[in-house]
Amino acid sequence: MIDGKTLRVAVIGAGPAGMYAVEHLLQEAEFRCEVDLYERLPTPYGLVRAGVAPDHPDKKRIGDRLFSYILESPRVRFIGNLEVGTHVRHAELADWYHAVIYSVGAGSDIRMGVPGEELSGCHAAREFVAWYNGHPDYSHLAFDLSCERAVVVGNGNVALDVARILTMPVAELEKTDIADYALQALRNSAIKEVVLLGRRGHFQGAFHNPELEELERLADVDIVIDSEDLPGENEVVLDDADWETRRKVKTLARLSRRPLTGAPRRIVLRFLTSPVELLGDQKVEQMLVVENHLERGDDGVLRARPTEKESLIDTGLVLRAIGYRGYPFPGLPFDDQRGVIDNRDGRVVEGDLPVPGVYVTGWIKRGPRGVIGSNKKCARDTVRCLLKDARDGHLSPAALNADQVLSELAGRNPALLGLEGWRNIDRGERLAGAHQGRPRIKYTDTETLLRSAAAPAG
Amino acid sequence: MAYVIAAPCVADYSCVEICPVNCISPGPDDGDFEAAEQMYIDPDTCIDCAACVQVCPVLAIYKAEHLPEQWQHYQQINREYFQQAAPVEVRR
Ligand SMILES: Cc1cc2nc3c(=O)[nH]c(=O)nc-3n(C[C@H](O)[C@H](O)[C@H](O)COP(=O)(O)OP(=O)(O)OC[C@H]3O[C@@H](n4cnc5c(N)ncnc54)[C@H](O)[C@@H]3O)c2cc1C
Ligand code: SF4
Ligand code: SF4
Repeated sequence: MIDGKTLRVAVIGAGPAGMYAVEHLLQEAEFRCEVDLYERLPTPYGLVRAGVAPDHPDKKRIGDRLFSYILESPRVRFIGNLEVGTHVRHAELADWYHAVIYSVGAGSDIRMGVPGEELSGCHAAREFVAWYNGHPDYSHLAFDLSCERAVVVGNGNVALDVARILTMPVAELEKTDIADYALQALRNSAIKEVVLLGRRGHFQGAFHNPELEELERLADVDIVIDSEDLPGENEVVLDDADWETRRKVKTLARLSRRPLTGAPRRIVLRFLTSPVELLGDQKVEQMLVVENHLERGDDGVLRARPTEKESLIDTGLVLRAIGYRGYPFPGLPFDDQRGVIDNRDGRVVEGDLPVPGVYVTGWIKRGPRGVIGSNKKCARDTVRCLLKDARDGHLSPAALNADQVLSELAGRNPALLGLEGWRNIDRGERLAGAHQGRPRIKYTDTETLLRSAAAPAG
Repeated sequence: MAYVIAAPCVADYSCVEICPVNCISPGPDDGDFEAAEQMYIDPDTCIDCAACVQVCPVLAIYKAEHLPEQWQHYQQINREYFQQAAPVEVRR
């Protein structure tokens, strides 16, 4: 090591997991950690910017109230618009730094695996989310909102986010940082009904309570729930379900008892239903679905099994929201079953052997689970492993110093940007938003992002 | 009156780390942390010091009487978290 007490660390991906990893490295007292934070986009914060729904501005405060301070540290360099794997290879980083932490998130998603999935009009909710949030890789996409009914396959928070965005009054969205083109598309949307399909029953919904309870406050949207298995008004449902589940089932029951108001739009929650096939001539026109029943396996887990009862739903837009998934990173071992970079407690492993100096955190370590704060503990544990390895002398020296790294990178990608570039983008977006009473108006293509990074808004 | 954690919580346990009387749960090393939707404040132990309010990165913590309209029920929800182990009625 350079002086035995300085650690040069590269963190790859500036989402929550990467930001928390940097925070924990900076808090370390025994070693002086210097961190280069690589991000393939010109903008940091990962899914906090490009995933969290625009009508949840309170959650995005974490950017200003926490992450922004971490970036400000003199021991951190933000290296934006630089993709590891493209501009620089893993083997090079491993050589240049004492340690490398990958926090690249889950860049892919799970497919339904039903015939017709490739028809136009069927998309990943992941793409739709990235589109309405102005992610530059997805801003060119077009979603056909000219049909009256959309079907969202999935029963988690992402499915609820998507259903809300498709149905809530556009006037509400006009107050948010949703991408401008998405706002325009939603103004012209013909969608009147969004059907959410849950494979299992009311007790197994993967959504969280706050997201579910938001449906009760959604203006001008009726909520329709098949209520056969739901408890009646004065029934107390406790069963063996945990406390959070009981709260959800109570909310579902409350929602199902609400009289319909004839609102212009509605969300239909259908449980115990799975897609079988998408039908249509080039474009999705119908979805064939099957009713499920639940079977308890030997392991005690309730699984959905199809019955013989099939039916058709007319729809022109299908969004699958059944899970994000990591994809293999060039030069690193991949656990195909879990869709994560192969690791043990955050140490990347090849077979049974740790790859020295290489670590993971966040969704690419644990799979796509948990909320923003789950990544803090995750990053803490990974950084603890890294520091233990440093103490035990398992890290090989960094071949380049900070200046050498930067000049090497700048030679390869002259368009890389630093913290000042992101600050310029941030300021520009906020200024543009302030004129319209919105938190910001996002720049949604790389060219505009890079132009505003270079020129301070004034 | 106690402080209350409302819906915006992203479970980053900054408040747990700062609370002087240890009345916020779950912490990162508790068994139910991984699955927790949010953290909760035990109203019977909270001493109203407000230390947690400022460290919260999403401003999810309110004095009970200042909870916004749509999150009034979180006072009850925070309390209930700590009563989970209590016997429950079963009637279905
Ligand atoms: C639609 C949606 C809504 C959500 N809403 C909420 C919510 O309301 N509240 C909540 O608590 N949690 C929410 N979550 C969960 C939360 O966003 C995740 O827990 C968290 O973002 C995961 O963090 P991460 O850092 O592992 O991944 P990410 O946030 O995906 O960050 C990964 C980063 O790595 C970058 N990257 C990828 N590849 C490379 C490369 N080769 N080189 C350089 N950089 C790279 C990416 O550009 C990205 O910035 C939501 C998730 C989704 C999908
Ligand atoms: S107000 Fe003080 S005692 Fe109460 S939860 Fe917050 S930090 Fe703890
Ligand atoms: S600090 Fe705020 S976001 Fe973090 S756990 Fe506490 S209430 Fe939740």
